[in-house]
Amino acid sequence: MAALGSPLRTWRGLLRELRYLNAATGRPYRHTPAYRYLVKAFRAHRVTSEKLCRAQHELHFQAATYLCLLRSIREHVALHQEFHGKGERSVEESAGLVGLKLPQQPGGKGWEP
Amino acid sequence: MWRSCLRLRGGGRHLLNCPRGGLTASRGPGPKPPAHARAYAPPAERKRFYRNVSITQGEAGFEINLDHRKLRTPQAKLFTVPSEALAVAVATEWDSQQDTIKTYTMHLTTLCNTSLDNPTQRDKDQLIWAAAKFLDTDTVCCRVEEPETLVELQRNEWDPVIGWAERRYGVKIGSSTSIMGPSIPARTREVLVSHLASYNMWALQGIEFVVSQLKSMVLTLGLIDLHLTVEQAVLLSRLEEAFQIQKWGNVEWAHDYELRDLRARTAAGALFVQLCSESSAVKHKLLQG
Repeated sequence: MAALGSPLRTWRGLLRELRYLNAATGRPYRHTPAYRYLVKAFRAHRVTSEKLCRAQHELHFQAATYLCLLRSIREHVALHQEFHGKGERSVEESAGLVGLKLPQQPGGKGWEP
Repeated sequence: MWRSCLRLRGGGRHLLNCPRGGLTASRGPGPKPPAHARAYAPPAERKRFYRNVSITQGEAGFEINLDHRKLRTPQAKLFTVPSEALAVAVATEWDSQQDTIKTYTMHLTTLCNTSLDNPTQRDKDQLIWAAAKFLDTDTVCCRVEEPETLVELQRNEWDPVIGWAERRYGVKIGSSTSIMGPSIPARTREVLVSHLASYNMWALQGIEFVVSQLKSMVLTLGLIDLHLTVEQAVLLSRLEEAFQIQKWGNVEWAHDYELRDLRARTAAGALFVQLCSESSAVKHKLLQG
């Protein structure tokens, strides 16, 4: 039941996630330690015969897990920003929702210092 | 709103492992807000105070440097990991924080902190017992009796996983619809406990974390034995919820939010277990012919 897909797809997905992560910091993603490590790992395990190679399957599985991790964190943060990130409305905004305005009291309210 | 705030702060894990010293110490007995101010803003998060994240190798393992300072755990121990891949992943987590540090997105760092500090001070047997406790109320073993489509869905999706686990470990697990949950024979429990005992402490922390997220021991075994992908395991764990979503509709700010969160935590736990329990040795094959 291991529907892992092809290693190429996982690799492309990982590159895309690294690109998103490094888009905000101006640095190109090729200089990050993560990119270098992934390139080394993918290259090292490619040079094996195509018979049932357990190490290759393990590496692909780990890469797919890491891809799932990066992707879900990015989507989770995006969902949070969109739906849950705004905090509570201020009193002025809440009043404005029902078409009311707060009274202006230039002398200050009685209980304020 | 309050539910999402609770989820933000996570379970006790985040409260235990978040370095809160800086926040609470400075906000402590400060000026009280006036009684009639109702606006609630979430407490300000720490800003990103470092530019570069780098990895160095110490004598105990790999360490993370934020600018020139060494990263420390919440209990002020030096942050060392045994595996280079894990260090790279943790460094990437710290590097991906923009403007503010969102500790609830750094699952691997949290797991490493838990393993290094062991704040609940559990030893190996207690960890194994905590993980094996989920076997009695395993998600894939507790079935419903109606509606018929859900019964069939559970049978088609969960039975193969149980069958795989039974064959792989040579035990009987079974499933049941009774409210008491499945009755797990003692031999099954022994076999699985001794299998878990073969992992080291760090990997066990990860396993216990994944079991408590997926609420199922069988699915966790499938995950760490590379039989199920993370997406599959999460889908199987949330099978009934997926069924109801298909019937009644998806609420993006709740269902998708929780799905992504569950996937992130499970993926982090699974990756943590794999990286802590692997031993990579490069064997050069002789070219023949």
